[in-house]
Amino acid sequence: MAAYVLRRLLGAVPTMFVIVTIAFFMIRLAPGGPFDLERPLDPLIMQNLERAYNFDKPLWHQYLIYLGNLAQGDLGPSFTRRDFSVVDLFRVGLPVSITIGSLSMLIALLVGTVLGALAALRQNSWVDYLVVGTATFGITIPTFVIAPILSLAFGVMMGWLPAGGWGTWKHMVLPVVTLSLPQIAVVARLTRGATIEALRSNHVRTARAYGLPTRVVVGVHALRAAMLPVVSYLGPAAASLLTGSVVVETIFGIPGIGRYFVQGALGRDYTLVMGTVVVIALFVIVFNLIVDILYAWLDPRVRYD
Amino acid sequence: MAGEKVLSLRGLTVDFATPDGWVQAVRGVDLDVARGETVALVGESGSGKSQTMMAIMGLLASNGRAGGSALYRGQEMIGLPERRLNRIRGEKITMIFQEPMTSLDPLYRIGRQIAEPILHHRGGSRAAARQRVLELLELVGIPQPERRIDSYPHELSGGQRQRVMIAMALANDPDILIADEPTTALDVTIQAQILTLLAELQEKIGMAIVFITHDLGIVRRLADRVYVMKTGEVVEQGETGPLFAAPTHPYTRMLLEAEPTGRKAPPNPEAPRLLSGRDIGVHFSLGRSWGGEEALLKAVDGVSVTLRRKQTIGIVGESGSGKSTLGRALLRLLPASGSLEFKNQDISHADRARMRPLRRQLQLVFQDPFGSLSPRMTVGQVITEGLIVHEKDLSKSERDRRAIAAMREVGLDPAMRNRYPHEFSGGQRQRIAIARALILKPEVMVLDEPTSALDRSVQKQIVDLLRDLQEAHDLSYIFISHDLAVVRAMADYIIVMRHGQIVEEGPAEEIFEAPRAAYTQALLAAAVDNRRFRTAVQEAAK
Repeated sequence: MAAYVLRRLLGAVPTMFVIVTIAFFMIRLAPGGPFDLERPLDPLIMQNLERAYNFDKPLWHQYLIYLGNLAQGDLGPSFTRRDFSVVDLFRVGLPVSITIGSLSMLIALLVGTVLGALAALRQNSWVDYLVVGTATFGITIPTFVIAPILSLAFGVMMGWLPAGGWGTWKHMVLPVVTLSLPQIAVVARLTRGATIEALRSNHVRTARAYGLPTRVVVGVHALRAAMLPVVSYLGPAAASLLTGSVVVETIFGIPGIGRYFVQGALGRDYTLVMGTVVVIALFVIVFNLIVDILYAWLDPRVRYD
Repeated sequence: MAGEKVLSLRGLTVDFATPDGWVQAVRGVDLDVARGETVALVGESGSGKSQTMMAIMGLLASNGRAGGSALYRGQEMIGLPERRLNRIRGEKITMIFQEPMTSLDPLYRIGRQIAEPILHHRGGSRAAARQRVLELLELVGIPQPERRIDSYPHELSGGQRQRVMIAMALANDPDILIADEPTTALDVTIQAQILTLLAELQEKIGMAIVFITHDLGIVRRLADRVYVMKTGEVVEQGETGPLFAAPTHPYTRMLLEAEPTGRKAPPNPEAPRLLSGRDIGVHFSLGRSWGGEEALLKAVDGVSVTLRRKQTIGIVGESGSGKSTLGRALLRLLPASGSLEFKNQDISHADRARMRPLRRQLQLVFQDPFGSLSPRMTVGQVITEGLIVHEKDLSKSERDRRAIAAMREVGLDPAMRNRYPHEFSGGQRQRIAIARALILKPEVMVLDEPTSALDRSVQKQIVDLLRDLQEAHDLSYIFISHDLAVVRAMADYIIVMRHGQIVEEGPAEEIFEAPRAAYTQALLAAAVDNRRFRTAVQEAAK
């Protein structure tokens, strides 16, 4: 197992390299630069700035410098927030983003599996229809629609929760709900389908034929089998939580790294955008590895060696 | 029937809710099982034999409904609440199933699964249960129980998994063991082992066994009494010996005679060679270890075959012997090493374009009549699809005319050509698959277990059909099967395969009458055992 993890982590290096390369050149393709203002700067100042940030060197040279710094864990200085390096910004923003993301994931898993399993056990009853209906709804409505509606309803009109900002647990409720809703929907549907299939499987029939009580038949034999597709979905779920957080953090004004992604892209803050790309990619790679390890632990038929 | 009754069914019915209303699958079955006796419930698929037992065990599908009465030692089981039913099933009445591969939970170790019913019904400590599981594994003949108890199901073979199921069934010393086609999914040599094991265990433990089966060989060997079921009803019952010697119901007689008979005469030895493969090998990579050599699975390893016009070569072997892979390699459907000749031209390296015109002469019929026909095409479309590729200029009406001719030839009503495959039975679907091959006027047909998924009586019809078609069109067959009775009726030359290699080959008569290889002898002994028993019983009755 340790050899497998090591192999996977080594395999992540070329993946990261490709991602960094593509992202580096793509953002440079966009017109404009970090120091373009409405009133152009004095050419001399501009020259100094460009020299300071290595912009006067050819692009491939800048790319090599970036790779060299990246290898040492240096994501470079932010262009738009002059006194901060990208690493400084992340040191503050990443914990915030991770808090929202992991809370949303946890809630999506808990609520989603419970709803899905309930729907499967009461197949074709009103519970089932309600869960499936809500889930379909949850998948179709994008976060950038739900977020302002929730903010307006609970924040502005009823005034129960802050409409935006960051600080207490109350600030977390709306963004976490917004982020987890679509994931709850997907997890519920996955769980429902997998549970129905598991309940019809031959080994569940065996468990029933041997007089095991329903809680054992369902809890021990059906649900564990039903968890397998849900676990496989955790990788994509982590990715979509990250992209979702870009929107949610911007709308609710949360100082996470998702917001930097948008601001960085708009302000041509090359290093900030690159830094976000690197962190998100790393996160997705590590999460997929965790999912695969978890899967092997749940399903003895899967072995990595 | 001697001894007290342990199970007694009266007027048992099973109905299923369908979009077209309730459909009755079991129509009032009366059945008795005495202590320690072996009762067989015989019938073809759809006769309701499995559903009868599922109803007692409360295992009907959610749209099913059971009626009538089923008494276990005076206790009514039909309509019993789940909680009280659970005190009987798994403790007093246990069951083993047809699908050893999927009947165990793949996610738990077998020791835990066998212990579950013990702990649930008897209680006691985990350590005591584990001790009991070890005894049981020993009893059912699992080698090295101490090691195997911590295996997962996928680490065991089909036969071993069925042994594990039997261990689970015996865990609580049941009164009745219901065995639902317990050996159907297993190879013949394993079948014989499992049946012998069940017979021995019954002698030792003394539980009654209810055998649900379509295999009359098993019934003859093991059952004291037989119930013959057809379309949800018991049509005949009685003690095994007399019933087999003098069946009164025409359906029983049909079942008994349903074994394919007749022999295929060898072709003219001067007949031209059609398809020949020399030193065929098919290797699958199992991956490469770090810096080491590539591990290879040799599915087919240096096999040579020569097929002459109007010849039928039977390829026999157990699952995993490489017989299907060989069939596919001979048609160049798999990358293989060695050389292949079709009608004296070397096709070992022919590319797709060169193979295409030859494809119509080299056809393939699959085992699974359910999976091999597209569910979204009408039968007419399925049958004529090959013509669209191979005779592009054919008019639509001409295609239709040929489809009608092909359907007539395989014994299907051409009026049904606008229906979809799901509206046909397994036997009819296999006829459709044959018509699809036949319409292209092939010279060689590879038949990959074409009768294995079918009932005996239907098998016999398909065998007859294939033989008639061979006569009429000078066809040459490669007939792949694990079923020796069918192979004997079809083939004039036999190749016995094991682990990808030929164990023995020769004219059919020689192989069946005087097998040389020990493996062939074992294979034949396992299959013929059943038949010998029948003759002995019949002679005794005379």
